[in-house]
Amino acid sequence: MIFFLKRAIKDMADNTFLHIVTIITIALSILIASSIGLLFFNAGDVMSTWKKGIRIMAYVSPAAGEQGLLETRGAMEKMNGVGGVRFISKEEALADLKIQMKRQLSLIENLDRNPLPDAFEIQMIPTDQTWERIETLAAHIQSLPMIDDVEYGQAWLGRLSNIFSLFQFIGITMGVLFFMVTVFIISNTIRLALYSRREEIEIMRLVGATDAFIKIPSYFAGLIQGAVGGLLGLIALYISYLVISANIEKNFSFYVVDIHFLSGKVILWILLYSIFVGWLGCFLSLKQFLKN
Amino acid sequence: MEEMTMKNPIVRMFHVHKRYGAKKALVDITLDIGFNEWIFVTGPSGAGKSTLLRLMYRGESVSEGQILVDGANLLRVTSRQVPMLRRKFGVIFQDFKLIPTKTAYENVSLVLEVAGEKPAMIRKKVNSVLRNAGMEDKMNNYPPSLSGGEQQRVAVARAIVGDPKIILADEPTGSLDSKSAGIIMDLLKGFHARGATIVIATHDKELIESTTHRIIHLDNGRVDETDPNVVNL
Ligand SMILES: Nc1ncnc2c1ncn2[C@@H]1O[C@H](COP(=O)(O)OP(=O)(O)OP(=O)(O)O)[C@@H](O)[C@H]1O
Ligand SMILES: [Mg+2]
Repeated sequence: MIFFLKRAIKDMADNTFLHIVTIITIALSILIASSIGLLFFNAGDVMSTWKKGIRIMAYVSPAAGEQGLLETRGAMEKMNGVGGVRFISKEEALADLKIQMKRQLSLIENLDRNPLPDAFEIQMIPTDQTWERIETLAAHIQSLPMIDDVEYGQAWLGRLSNIFSLFQFIGITMGVLFFMVTVFIISNTIRLALYSRREEIEIMRLVGATDAFIKIPSYFAGLIQGAVGGLLGLIALYISYLVISANIEKNFSFYVVDIHFLSGKVILWILLYSIFVGWLGCFLSLKQFLKN
Repeated sequence: MEEMTMKNPIVRMFHVHKRYGAKKALVDITLDIGFNEWIFVTGPSGAGKSTLLRLMYRGESVSEGQILVDGANLLRVTSRQVPMLRRKFGVIFQDFKLIPTKTAYENVSLVLEVAGEKPAMIRKKVNSVLRNAGMEDKMNNYPPSLSGGEQQRVAVARAIVGDPKIILADEPTGSLDSKSAGIIMDLLKGFHARGATIVIATHDKELIESTTHRIIHLDNGRVDETDPNVVNL
């Protein structure tokens, strides 16, 4: 085992340039693929918190009595896509407002009468089409007799979400493409490395080497290249992540956009993936090479 | 005579033909090589000497006929078994076939590594065989920096280090001065004395004239029947 590992390292050292090219290829494709991944993780995070929080505020006309409130609530609860309805009385709303506006408390304290209407907070059932249905639902609610006004501020996020789905599709397509390109490049560099050693390999066979004896160091080389390339790619990604998130924090500090790096589990998967890519490239080129 | 009643041949060839396209390299060769025999194969350039040796270790396959090596029919040896077959042979190739990117030592040790020998044993054997070949000073040199005779000696060391049953030597004294040739022949003699079978392809007149061993003359791919040395076959 150690013997084969030593041979793999020696073979790689004999062909430094080719193997460095392979490692850089892997590192680059890992960098690109995983930065797309990172983007999606974060965008996905934002989207899902948004989706969970998606709600419509419906303001009730002051004319609605106890009975009107009950009827309106019942009508809304029966609507499609409504997850829950919470009644917020104008007193509650005012109390909330007071908490939110501590600094300008005097403004509110001086009011002689509560200017806020009673309201319903309608929670939507999170689905993929939530943002498409929000407008229909809002219009529906608006048409109820006791409802004065409807508000759903974050609808623009919905349109973003559509674009996001499109990007997701493009991202996956690019991921697959990158995978194929990387495997292709690796298998070609390994084939080149083998080709430059074909005389040596022929001689090894003449003195009784089995195919396994010839293959194993190449496999080790493939695995090592995959691991090193993946690691380098991730390190590059982490550095660019640090730079970018530092910038975002500087410029949007009030925005509280919480960017995360990939989780340990995902990092592990990416490493395994790049090792697999190294192995696969090796497998393909050896298969072809040892045939002739 | 003696060969006719050969008890246990280690290599047997029956009506072997070898063609390269339309070119007939070997025609109807039937031949036994005895266990621990020393045999010369001679003949003009292009006669088929190298081809004959290559067929034995399945460097190439026959076009027709059968070859048995140590009891195994080469037609039935699968490609997975070829490495084991080749480990029975120590081959000194006409063009040496040393790996230029490996040192003399590494070229020789490769044979044992391939066979899965233990590292300590490899060191011991390789050092010993290189010493016998007079190459211990230059064992860390790469083949391109060695003279023809030195490369030849490394090739011999590699052929014998694995303690094979059969040595196939293709022009082992090819373009060497008689001193270097002498070293190599002594190595082979020592190895023959320890029980190996030696097959030497050569057109070195000096080697053949003085020998008491069997000589097979090849001409144009055929065993030359007119040669007095072969009549007894
Ligand atoms: N791989 C090959 N492809 C085509 N023809 C070949 C091949 N190998 C050998 N030959 C032909 O087969 C014939 C026998 O070649 P071989 O090398 O066995 O001769 P030889 O007796 O070893 O000659 P030399 O003394 O020059 O080494 C030659 O005519 C050669 O051209
Ligand atoms: Mg020849």
